[in-house]
Amino acid sequence: MQEEEVFVTGNEAVARAVKLAKPNVIAAYPITPQTEIVEVLARYVESGELKSEYIHVESEHSAMAACIGAASMGARVFTATSSHGFLYMCEMIFWASIARLPIVMANVNRALGPGWNIWADLKDAMSHRDAGWIQFYTASVQEAYDTTLMAFRIAEDQRVMLPTMVNLEGFVLSHVMQPLRLVDEAEYDRFLPPVRIPHALNFERPHTLGTLISPEHNYLVQYDNNRCMRAADDVIAEVEREFERMSGRRYGAVMKYRCDDAETLVIAMGTLAKEAEVACDSLREKGEKIGVLRLRQLRPFPKAFLEEVKRLTAERFIIIDRAYSSGYGGILAEEVKAKLYDLGLKKEVKSIIAGLGGQDVPHEALEKMFMDKRGGEVWFGV
Amino acid sequence: MVWSMSESDEGKHEIEIRIHSRGGQGGVTAAKMLAVAASLEGKYSTAFSIYGAERRGSPTASFTRISNREIRKYSQIRKPDCVIVMDPTIASVVDVTEGLKPGGKLLINVGNNSTDLERFRDYEVYAVDATRVSLRFDLKVAGIPVLNVPMVGAAARLGIISLDSAKQAILKVLGGGSVVTSLARYAGTTALDGTESLPSTMRKNLMAAELAYKETKRLNGSG
Amino acid sequence: MVEVLGKEEHEGMEAVGGEGKVVKWLAEIPADEYVLKGNSACAGCTAMIALRYALKASRATGRKTLLLVGACCMVVCEGVYPNTAYNVPTLDTAFACTASMASGVEAALKSFGRRDVNVIAFAGDGGTVDIGIQALSGAVERGHNFLYVCYDNEAYCNTGMQRSGATPPCARTTTTPGGKREKKKDVPRIMAAHGIPYVATACPSYPIDLYEKFKRAFSIEGPKYIHILTPCPVSWRFPTSKGVEMGKLAVRTGMWTLYEVEHGVFRLSPPSRRVVLRGDVVPVEKYLRAQGRFNGITDEEVERIQKMVYQELEWFKEAAARRKLW
Ligand SMILES: Cc1ncc(C[n+]2csc(CCOP(=O)(O)OP(=O)(O)O)c2C)c(N)n1
Ligand code: SF4
Repeated sequence: MQEEEVFVTGNEAVARAVKLAKPNVIAAYPITPQTEIVEVLARYVESGELKSEYIHVESEHSAMAACIGAASMGARVFTATSSHGFLYMCEMIFWASIARLPIVMANVNRALGPGWNIWADLKDAMSHRDAGWIQFYTASVQEAYDTTLMAFRIAEDQRVMLPTMVNLEGFVLSHVMQPLRLVDEAEYDRFLPPVRIPHALNFERPHTLGTLISPEHNYLVQYDNNRCMRAADDVIAEVEREFERMSGRRYGAVMKYRCDDAETLVIAMGTLAKEAEVACDSLREKGEKIGVLRLRQLRPFPKAFLEEVKRLTAERFIIIDRAYSSGYGGILAEEVKAKLYDLGLKKEVKSIIAGLGGQDVPHEALEKMFMDKRGGEVWFGV
Repeated sequence: MVWSMSESDEGKHEIEIRIHSRGGQGGVTAAKMLAVAASLEGKYSTAFSIYGAERRGSPTASFTRISNREIRKYSQIRKPDCVIVMDPTIASVVDVTEGLKPGGKLLINVGNNSTDLERFRDYEVYAVDATRVSLRFDLKVAGIPVLNVPMVGAAARLGIISLDSAKQAILKVLGGGSVVTSLARYAGTTALDGTESLPSTMRKNLMAAELAYKETKRLNGSG
Repeated sequence: MVEVLGKEEHEGMEAVGGEGKVVKWLAEIPADEYVLKGNSACAGCTAMIALRYALKASRATGRKTLLLVGACCMVVCEGVYPNTAYNVPTLDTAFACTASMASGVEAALKSFGRRDVNVIAFAGDGGTVDIGIQALSGAVERGHNFLYVCYDNEAYCNTGMQRSGATPPCARTTTTPGGKREKKKDVPRIMAAHGIPYVATACPSYPIDLYEKFKRAFSIEGPKYIHILTPCPVSWRFPTSKGVEMGKLAVRTGMWTLYEVEHGVFRLSPPSRRVVLRGDVVPVEKYLRAQGRFNGITDEEVERIQKMVYQELEWFKEAAARRKLW
C-alpha cells in the first residue's frame, strides 16, 4: 500500500486521526480555534465515512460528561476543545481521570479571558497538569496526527486506563497547513486493538460507579491513579516504538536537537521549541554550543527527561514558558528546577516567558534572549 | 532565474511569500496552492494566514514558506522575499511592500486599475491583469472573479515554482478537500496528461493559470 | 413615512394607531447612538439593529444603562482593546454565565441603593438556549430586576455557524452539513413558563414593535426576557441588503411569531395578527428558498416545515383567544 500524503491544517490532521480510531461516541462543542476539528468530524459522520454517534452537546461540561457516560459503558470516545471550553468542562476533566476512563481529547491551546483572545497560550492545559490526564504537547501537523493515533492506544492500555490529552497550539499549529503522511487504515486497525474497559458497567455483574467512598478508601484510589500514571511512562515509550515500526516516524517523551555537546540547553514545549531550534542553528554557526530539548510529554513527567538531564553536560539551562503561574514562575521552569533539585544538580537557570496570548516569538528574538547571559526570569517584550 | 534554494546558496534555504487579498477572495487557498506546488517539487512548505476576525471584503494576508529542509518556524513572516498582490485595489490602502527585502519580488494583479508601479522601483516587479484572465474564462464564485488561480499561474514566473507544478497544485487543491499527493514526488514532465478527461471548469482553471503565466510581464529589476 | 417603513409595517401599525403613531414614534426615539461608528459588525447585521434600539429605548426611560454582553458576535463587534464601540458601561461575560453575572451586577446596584439603572444582558441564541439556559433559568427564578435579551441568529455565528438549539430544522450549518434534524428549541415559551412578569418576541424588521417592547420591559420591575429573531446575512447566506426583508418574511410566513406575555396575559403583536388571526400566511417555501442555508432542502422537507408552521399558528390562535399561553 502506497503511503499517501495530504496537505492539511493541524486541526484536520487530528480529525483524520480520530477517523482512523473510529470512536463509538464523539461529543464536542465548537470553540475557536478548535472548531474545525468538530466540523470535519461532523462531516465524516454525516457522510457515513465515520460511523460514530455524534452528540451535538449544548456545552463543554456536557461534552465531557457525555464522554464519561459513554466510556462508563465501555465505549471509545473522543472530544476536542480549547481554553474557555476546557475550563468549562473542568469538573468533568477531573472526574474522567479519577474514574479511570480512557477518553482522548484534543485541546487546542488558547489564552483565557477576560479580554477575549483566541491565540496560542498553554495556560489552559498546563494549569490542569494535576488533573490526572496524560498530557502531550505537539509541534507539527504530522506530530499532532501521530500523537492522536497513539493517544487512543496509550489511554486504553490495560496498565494505564487514563484519559489522554493531545495539545496543539491555537492557530500557529491548529491552522497552519503542512504536508501530512497518512497511516494506512488496515495497519492502524492492527495497531489499535478494540477497546476494553474492565470496569465498564455491564448487565452480567451489576456494579455501581461513583458511589460514596470513605477516607479509608479514597486515598487508595488516588494512590492507584498515580501508580498507573507512572506506569504510563513506560507504556508510552513502548507504544512509540511500535508506532515507529508501523510508520517509520520516531517520537519520544523528549526530543533532542544538537544537545549532546551543548553547554547551553534550551528546554521548551510545542512550536516554540521548534522556533528555538532555528535560533540554535544560527547560534551554532556563530560558535555557540547550544541545543534544544523539547518536552513532548508533561504528564506523566517523563523519566527520559531526568535521564537526559543527568547525562547531558550543559551547565546553563534556558527554559521557555508559554504559561505562567502567577506569584510563582514559568510553569515548566519551576517543574524543571524541582527535578534538578531531586537529581542533586545545580545548574544556572534562566526562565523566559514568551508567546503568551499569541505573542509572536520570532527566532531572531529568541537568539538574542539566549545570548543575554543574565539569569533569572525574563518576560519577552517587557 | 537568480533564485535557487540550494544549501550552498549562502544558507538561503528558504523563501517566504506574503499574499495580499481581501476576505473572501481566496488568498489562503492561493497560499495553499503555492505550498502544494513546492511540495510537489520535493520541497518542504507550510501555508497559513493572518487570523482573527476577518470580515468579508476587508484586506487580509496569507503566507507561504518554502524550504529545502523541515520548516520549524512558526512565527509570522515579517520580511518576505516575495509579495503577491491579488486584489488590484489593495495597494492603495495597504503598504504591500512592508518588510519586503530590497530587490525582492513583487507580483501585482494590476486589473484595469492604473496602479502606479513606479513607486515600487526598488523591487523586481511583475504585473498581470489576473482579473481579466479570470473573467475571460468565466471563473467566478458568488459573482466575484476567482483571482487565486491566475495569480498562482503568474507566480510561476517568479521562479519559485514551475508552471507545471502550479497547475498540478491547482488541480489538487480545487479537486477536493484532501490534497492527496503520491510520495513518489512529482517527476516534472507530464503534469497535464489526461486533462481532456477533466471537468470543464477544471480545464478552464488550468487554462487561466497558463494564460496568466504567459501574460505576466517583468517590468524592471536587475537579475 | 409609509414609504420609509414599507406597506407591511404600515399595515401592522394600523392596529396600534396607524401612521400617526409612526410619526410620534420617530419623534420620540432618541437620536443618540450608543453603538459607535467603526464597530466591527458585518455589513447588513440585523443583531446590531436590535442592540442599537435596546440602548436607545433604555435612554428614553431617563435611567442609566449597564450592558452585559455574553461571548457572541456582539462582543466581537466592540472592536479590539484599547477601543470599544459601545458607549455605555459594558461588562463582557463568559459564555455560559451572562444571566448570572447580570444577577451579581443587579445585586450590587441594589446594595448601593441605586434604582436608576436598566441592567441589560445581551446574548446570542447559543449563549441563551444552549450553554446559558441554566444561568438564565436560575437568575429569573430568583427574580432579579434585569432585562435579558436573546438575539437569535439561529446558529453559533461567532465561531463560524455551527448548529445551536435554536437552529431551525433542515438548516445547513458546519456541524449539520446535511441539514439539522431536530426542531428549534422554543425558549420564549420556556421563559414564560417561569412565570416572570414580561416575555416578548421581536424582530428588527419591525422596529416600532421592537422599540415599544424594550420600553415596556424597562417599565416593569423584575426579570424580563425578550427574544429577537435577527437574520444574519453571513450564516443564513443571503445578500447583505436583505436582512430586514428576511425578518419580515419570517414573520409573514409564520416561521417567527411576535407576541408579548405580560403578567401571564398573552397578546399577539400587530405584525403577527394578520398572519395568525386572519390566516394571511406567505408560504414558507418563499422564506426557505431565499436563504443559502436551506440549499438542497427537499420538497418533502419544505412540506413538513409548512405543516409545522400551520400547527404553530393554530396554537397561537388559540392562545390569543384565551389570552393565555396555556
Ligand atoms: C465555555 C465556552 N465555550 C465555547 C466558547 C466559544 N464560543 C464563543 S462565542 C460562541 C458562539 C456564540 O453563539 P451565539 O450565542 O449563538 O451568538 P452568535 O455568535 O451567533 O451571535 C462560542 C461557541 C466560549 N467562548 N466559551
Ligand atoms: S456573523 Fe451575522 S450576527 Fe454576527 S456580526 Fe456578522 S451579520 Fe451579525
